[in-house]
Amino acid sequence: MKFAVIVFPGSNCDMDLLCAVKDILGEEAEYVRHDADSLAGFDGVLIPGGFSYGDYLRCGAIARFSTIISEVIRLADEGKPVFGTCNGFQILTEAGLLPGTLLRNESLHFICKTVQLQVVNNQTNFTSEYQLDEVIQLPVAHGEGNYYCDEATLETLKENQQIVFTYAYDNPNGSLENIAGIVNEKGNVLGMMPHPERAVESLLGSEDGLRFFKSIVKNYGKARANA
Amino acid sequence: MYNVKVYVTYKDSVLDPQGEAVKGAVHRLGFEEISEIRIGKYFDIKVHQTAQPIETVIEAICDKLLANVNMETYRYEIMEEV
Repeated sequence: MKFAVIVFPGSNCDMDLLCAVKDILGEEAEYVRHDADSLAGFDGVLIPGGFSYGDYLRCGAIARFSTIISEVIRLADEGKPVFGTCNGFQILTEAGLLPGTLLRNESLHFICKTVQLQVVNNQTNFTSEYQLDEVIQLPVAHGEGNYYCDEATLETLKENQQIVFTYAYDNPNGSLENIAGIVNEKGNVLGMMPHPERAVESLLGSEDGLRFFKSIVKNYGKARANA
Repeated sequence: MYNVKVYVTYKDSVLDPQGEAVKGAVHRLGFEEISEIRIGKYFDIKVHQTAQPIETVIEAICDKLLANVNMETYRYEIMEEV
């Protein structure tokens, strides 16, 4: 499976994603610049964390209008896996690929720590290697990760089981209903504030993020076998 | 030439923690009578003659980029300069 890791001015978790996929998982991955105009030949897209365009205006708002985003939207429409973590999640909401938005953390503090997450939907292409309701440990590092949407959107998210990860025990940023990660209606675009790519080997303190990427690859292989 | 001022603020239903923090500081200054402070963004935009009505242009820019309508609302003032 060949992944594109999109690099914006200000991305700082692009190398983490590339290493997780290439070095640990053993799949193909390449950086693609924000001003490139094609994602031809890629099977999936990874949008890294960081501070695209310095978080000017709003997190993700300017990145959303980068040249490459129309190609990200095309791949999402084709049903290919698109994953955004942290600033990547913010960009996906700004691009309209995921509903809602990320507000400033309720505490106003930048938080950088390991959090406990509950896998509330393990029936997605991103989470099938986890047990339902399993509690996993992943790091977070963000100032604006407070997920917010209106009531109607929240109802839709619940009805369609689009809430995938919630903060277990302790909500670090004040997000609505403890939401840490959601998937789109079709199930092929996932955004989350925690960083699974920073928890892929025991040296990093947790290997719980590895199964996230394994799920993507496994389900993509299955989908191709059935095609 | 037009001079346009755009103000973007959180919707009333959205908590503004920055505003709350500043309000706390204002109270500590002794101005207890201040009941609410909300922080927003201000854009000062100069516009040449537009093919479409200028309101249409400004609203399109606000809806697409300057405001995230999930959480923010905006208002604007247009002044014509000679």
